[in-house]
Amino acid sequence: MIGQRCIITAALALAAALPLQAADEPQDGGDSSFLSELPIEFHGFYEMRGGYRLRKDKYQKDMSIMEGRFQADLYSYFDWGDIRVKADVYGDLVEEQADLDLREANVFLRPLDFMDLKIGRQILTWGTGDLVFINDLFPKDWQSFFIGRDTEYLKAPSDALKVSFFGDWANLDIVYTPQFDPDRFIRGERISYWNSGLRRRAGRDAIVHTDRPDECISDHEIAARLYKNIKNYEFAVYGYHGYWKSPGGMNDSMTQAIFPDLNVYGASVRGAVGKGIGNLEIGYYESAGDTSGKNPRINNSEMRYLVGYTQEIGKDFTAGLQYYVEQMLDYDRYKDNLISGPARDRYRHLITLRLTKLLMNQNLRCSLFTYYSPSDKDVYMRPNINYKVNDNLAVELGANMFFGDYPNTFFAQFENNTNLYAGFRYSF
Amino acid sequence: MKSLRLTLTALVLSLFVPTAFAQDAPPQTPDVRTIVNKANLAAYYRGEDGKAKVGMTIIDKNGNKRTREFIILRKDVKDGGDQKYFVYFNRPADVRKMVYMVHKHADPAKDDDRWLYMPALDLVRRIAAGDKRTSFVGSDFLYEDVSGRSLEEDTHELTETTDTLFVVKNVPKKPETVEFSYYNVAIDRKTYIPMKMEFYDKDNKLYRVIESKKVEKIQDFPTVVKSVVSNLKTGGRTEMEFSRVTYNINLSENIFTERYLRRPPREAIR
Repeated sequence: MIGQRCIITAALALAAALPLQAADEPQDGGDSSFLSELPIEFHGFYEMRGGYRLRKDKYQKDMSIMEGRFQADLYSYFDWGDIRVKADVYGDLVEEQADLDLREANVFLRPLDFMDLKIGRQILTWGTGDLVFINDLFPKDWQSFFIGRDTEYLKAPSDALKVSFFGDWANLDIVYTPQFDPDRFIRGERISYWNSGLRRRAGRDAIVHTDRPDECISDHEIAARLYKNIKNYEFAVYGYHGYWKSPGGMNDSMTQAIFPDLNVYGASVRGAVGKGIGNLEIGYYESAGDTSGKNPRINNSEMRYLVGYTQEIGKDFTAGLQYYVEQMLDYDRYKDNLISGPARDRYRHLITLRLTKLLMNQNLRCSLFTYYSPSDKDVYMRPNINYKVNDNLAVELGANMFFGDYPNTFFAQFENNTNLYAGFRYSF
Repeated sequence: MKSLRLTLTALVLSLFVPTAFAQDAPPQTPDVRTIVNKANLAAYYRGEDGKAKVGMTIIDKNGNKRTREFIILRKDVKDGGDQKYFVYFNRPADVRKMVYMVHKHADPAKDDDRWLYMPALDLVRRIAAGDKRTSFVGSDFLYEDVSGRSLEEDTHELTETTDTLFVVKNVPKKPETVEFSYYNVAIDRKTYIPMKMEFYDKDNKLYRVIESKKVEKIQDFPTVVKSVVSNLKTGGRTEMEFSRVTYNINLSENIFTERYLRRPPREAIR
């Protein structure tokens, strides 16, 4: 969380060195705090969130989340650029600790008319999927996602340099991350998972140990996107050079999970189709640590495909459907060399459905996001009800529900983590 | 997704757009087609582009208030035709810095293109075209109130001419697609600004009224700076006030692209 990464330090030092002559004009009728006198916008929220498991899990506490959180979001802009720092302080009773999660700390510059730069810790997103990612290889926080934090926490920050070029012919983004930023993946400390070595579900009794590429500069990642909007159809091609973002293999002695080399090449298009929005995205995952597919300790190369469609189906009622496929490219070799079963299927099919209905002058939002895999025979449902009590206060109730026929499939392995949570957030 | 978003459908914003300014009062009553065309330009297409800060107060029948505050940038692709909007939210706090962008198409057969940028996720979302008769950001204004209802969707009849107003009755060509049976618009004879709109339900009972409460001349364009919509059925009303209105500020075409969605232009945040 609080990484001392080279780039961020540099960005902060740069920011601190620049004079604060400034920029913001006070909000009309605004807040009378002394901060409104400074050229800094200060916002954020307080939040309390609690949740419990609905099933007994002998490897975890009954409590799935129990935290208080304060987010401070500071922003200032100058003639030469913008500075932003956004940090969360939270105390959590499940892990019994308090922590600081620095979510953003960056400087934005526009050195040339056709070029933008963003340096430092930042949240990065691209691609067309809705809670399904192919060419977005920026870090995700699956743990936050599964325990019922706000969806914004699914995106973990990157310590990176983003350079964007804008032209008549196309636009290009290049993101350079000097030190590999992995996902905040499931490792057992608060979400139990399928442990293939133990051949059973495991949790705090078997925390996943990893050997992560962590040398600054030599263990870097590069992601690029070339995109163009043609008559409001958005076309993009992508490239990524780095590592599997969540563990994609084991070391030779099978004692540590590793992040093998990964290259990804992909493309997407999104635009109006009929009354709704359609999207298509594909990606070729080249598992560069073992392109032959013979090494059973390293992920197979894959093709990934996604097609999606969203439409308003009633007043303030929207439905989004996606179909997603992962195809293992060296499946026969994978099967021949499998060390311990059960084997995966060659194809993993996944269907997602999002339903969102707004009620009571749009102050009440009822939503349900469902993942269903007909090949894994498992389901993950995310019902959520959010009510805005007033302009500042929102209350929320939701659940993360996992079902499945087999204990080792992608979602069913989390079955005992099924949880119900409630929270409130006061934003200012 | 925070809530304003989807709904946002609306874009509204055009109300702030000023009016066509009016020439001297015509000696003769123009035909109804001319009146509605001029009113459309007056209400939605003044200048080449424009900017306004919008404050909205939504008041329910119990007097509970909710506020919205955003800055709108507008650029006309063609007078009376396509337009582009960039809406940057300041309030409420949970939607702060969210951006809603619309490429509005005047052709009724073509849906508007709409995007939403959610800064916490750095996510550019494409929003499906929606029913234009749904609420804009949870207010009593509807998408169509703000971005304008296509003139082709109704038949128009001049029912009354007073010293200061033309009153036009508008009947939908496809009544099954809307919740009203007709509406009357009172248009200022000098400025062609719509001063009052009255909507009648399927039982021909008045249920919804939009009034231009304050009109100011800004850069020579008469401009509605305060309007109120009252819903007689729900007892709710929404007041919308426009400040810092400016026209012909030479907005770049590039502002209405993904580059500026992800990092709003200074024009939108000051």
